[in-house]
Amino acid sequence: MRDPLLALVLLAGCATASSGGGTPGAVAPRTGNVDPLHLPAVSWSGEEQAVHVLNRLAYGPSPADLQQVEQMGPATWIAWQLRPADIEDAAVDRRLADFPSLSMSTAELVAAYPRAKKVAEAKGISLAGKSPEQMRAELVGVVEPFHLPRQVGAELVAARLIRAAESRRQLQEQLVDFWFNHFNVSADKGAVRWMVSPYEREAIRAHLFGSFRELLGAVAHHPAMLFYLDNWASTREGFNAPRRGRLGLNENYARELLELHTLGVDGGYTQQDVREVARCFTGWGIRKPNEDGSFEFHPQAHDRGSKRVLGTEIAAGGGMEDGERVLDLLASHPSTARFVARKLAQKFVMDSPPPALVERVAQVFLRTGGDLTATYRALFESPEFWSDAARAAKVKTPLEFTVSAVRALGGTTAGDVPMVQALARMGQPLYRAQPPTGWPEVSQPWVNPGALVARIDFGLRLASGRLTGTEVPLPAVDGAPDAVVDRTARAILHRPLGEQTRSTLLAALGVSEVMPDGEQRRVDGAKLVGLLLGAPEFQNQ
Amino acid sequence: MSAFSRRHFLRGAGALAALGSVPGFLGRALAASVPGSGKTLVLVFLRGGADGLSIVPPVGDPAYRAARPTIALAAPGKDGGAIRLDDVFALHPALSPLLPLWSDRTLAIVHAAGLPGATRSHFDAQDFCESGTPGLKSTADGWLNRAVQRSGGPEGAFRVVAIQPTLPRMLVGDAPAVAMSSLGQFRMPGGAAGGTAFDALYAQAVDTALRTTGIETFEALREAGSAKLAQLPPANGAEYGGAPIARRLQDVARLIRSGVGLQVAATDMGGWDTHVGEGTEKGQLASRLAELGGALAAFARDLGPRWADTRVVVMTEFGRTARENGNRGTDHGTASVMLVLGGGVRGGRVVGGYRGLAKSELFEERDLAIGTDVRSVLWETVQAQLELRDGSRVFPGFSPGTRVLG
Repeated sequence: MRDPLLALVLLAGCATASSGGGTPGAVAPRTGNVDPLHLPAVSWSGEEQAVHVLNRLAYGPSPADLQQVEQMGPATWIAWQLRPADIEDAAVDRRLADFPSLSMSTAELVAAYPRAKKVAEAKGISLAGKSPEQMRAELVGVVEPFHLPRQVGAELVAARLIRAAESRRQLQEQLVDFWFNHFNVSADKGAVRWMVSPYEREAIRAHLFGSFRELLGAVAHHPAMLFYLDNWASTREGFNAPRRGRLGLNENYARELLELHTLGVDGGYTQQDVREVARCFTGWGIRKPNEDGSFEFHPQAHDRGSKRVLGTEIAAGGGMEDGERVLDLLASHPSTARFVARKLAQKFVMDSPPPALVERVAQVFLRTGGDLTATYRALFESPEFWSDAARAAKVKTPLEFTVSAVRALGGTTAGDVPMVQALARMGQPLYRAQPPTGWPEVSQPWVNPGALVARIDFGLRLASGRLTGTEVPLPAVDGAPDAVVDRTARAILHRPLGEQTRSTLLAALGVSEVMPDGEQRRVDGAKLVGLLLGAPEFQNQ
Repeated sequence: MSAFSRRHFLRGAGALAALGSVPGFLGRALAASVPGSGKTLVLVFLRGGADGLSIVPPVGDPAYRAARPTIALAAPGKDGGAIRLDDVFALHPALSPLLPLWSDRTLAIVHAAGLPGATRSHFDAQDFCESGTPGLKSTADGWLNRAVQRSGGPEGAFRVVAIQPTLPRMLVGDAPAVAMSSLGQFRMPGGAAGGTAFDALYAQAVDTALRTTGIETFEALREAGSAKLAQLPPANGAEYGGAPIARRLQDVARLIRSGVGLQVAATDMGGWDTHVGEGTEKGQLASRLAELGGALAAFARDLGPRWADTRVVVMTEFGRTARENGNRGTDHGTASVMLVLGGGVRGGRVVGGYRGLAKSELFEERDLAIGTDVRSVLWETVQAQLELRDGSRVFPGFSPGTRVLG
């Protein structure tokens, strides 16, 4: 192990797992100024409540977080998670310091991680007319492999995985997942490869707990979105751009803004609205996308005429303010409130949330002017969130599954290639969802034989130490086999084993039979953990 | 046993397992059952809205070149020009690998195909193309799954396969279907012993979706492992190349050639959303078409005599605007083209209700108007390959008119 600190963390995890509880290393949080939630009464045990909360607001229970939620109580713990600035997270911050690209602007990223061809040209190497093999041969020794554009994506993925697994700001990390997905961009599309990291940092992470309007505005202004949905190239009809010839209107961003970001497809807009919204956003562009990559308004490209959006007149000559007016209209629209409320309820409560819940949360959204923290609060205080129907009712996404497996054992991940490839095999290559819809919020698309094989395979590889860069401490296996199986299953699945499942596990471990000398075989800890992580109970949350 | 009752039988088997019986033998017995007619339907979905007017350009339509001053393909015979098919239509030069299929009449082209009442949103248009119920969002299953449910096809784990990471909407439903990124990645984790354990764990799962998916999974894994499917080399000198769509179609060919009872296969391909810099005989669209054309040609060759029993449909969610936009690209439109390939196709023809690009003929004065309902072509294909007679449950509320493919 390279990092002595990491070794300590792992050892602490070992001790926790082997003693079936133990003292987690976490420091007691400062919670003096939180306003605890008003939770409905439930008949669940303290552990059951904590497990449910951690399954939804976090990436599954870790031994340390489970103990913390039980100690603080869910009402206080959730309130604390709603104020991530109050949560000390220095251990993760130190690990992220290994990734210089995380704090760079797009311009700095373009300069620090140039395309291989550009590096070659700068060194006077011509690649014209050469085959890919010849090019590769030419570039070896010229290009530094860790300073290619793909490194930006690799560091972003690693950071996401490390944070999901080990950050103490667990709700923040779930909300990054939710809102990035809601406002999806794909790193596979051209210059987005350099913009995606600033996008997550500046547009998404910075606005998770403020107002929806601020978040929407930050996304609308961000070059990653302007590029991904082509708005940077949309101009008034007939505009003659220097060096690029005659340009015109591009509806792509306008359509997805209405359909996916705000109103929802049944939110009551027409093709004419799409066109008018596109006209309002003409001129919202990017300063030199492959070089500088910052927002820039181009007044010459803007359609200066008057527009009519959702029945509201937007007077001529508004310039860049036209777009802001549209965002104001959309952010305060009841259809947006319902659309956002429903999606949040799908994420945090169940795939088909009751309409009454959606309506209640939507009303909070409207009443508070789209205050996201108040909206989340309403959701977590709802009786639906705390209903039996919601418990273990969702299938984990591949991200939730892999990270929760690491957390269940108090493990650690470097978030590198083997982990990333495993996610891709399960159908979720991070930051590379092509369509603006992002990944599905509901379970059904994630449950299919190919993905199931990938999940089972992941659990076995993780448990047997074959997933390089991601390590979990194995539980102690001393004692009678059935006691070991019960104890380990309890620690990973947080529910008692059925008789049938227990005998399946004991049979698979080969410990049912007694050796000739009368001794019983010892349980293979890695095999047991692999079986439990691949079991159907661990796919649910 | 019909697919429907089999599925329910398997669900029942899961419940039986909870009482102590082992369902493993059941999967093996089902996997070993004999394939039926041997016909296969392959559906290739081009995601992003592929531009039918560049794939099969109407070079004989005087309005074509005027609508697309910088991205129209050069006339047949000119340098980099399109390949003449008939008086009106030509083929994009990047699709030249398909010319032998056109010549031997196993490739038909349906022009101006689309789904009435659909939208210009990728999300919605794909959803409707896959649910088969345009305008109706609440349809829970996919048209292709409904078709499988009603066909008396072969039983077996590989009856319905999607070579893509997640099951496409069109295959969602009561008939069992398997999704996999590739055949090579589809193998039993933890070996035979692991398989036995997980088989039993999933047979006991409380979650219905996980239980039924688990039963399907272990059934298919046993069969793939025993047949070494993923290693089957191409036949007849077929060369697939390295494009993702080529590797996917090669896996479909492996399943067909090894006789595991493949009745329906689906896969998809992205990169068709050409808003900016679409290109002409070279460029963005040409690169995608070269990959697609090469893959389909290799697939046909690889199948050899099995090509006669195979039918491939290539479709997309919508076409693109008749006129190019301000970025030398095209925006979301309405009608596009479908390619129908295979032994039983009456090919070498461009069919469908193409009405031209004159302004008066365009839909909303901007898009190629729908001349042929996508569902007509799909229904005729389902009839031919799955031997169905009643389409009312596959495409509710739709009555096919005169035959498109003849």
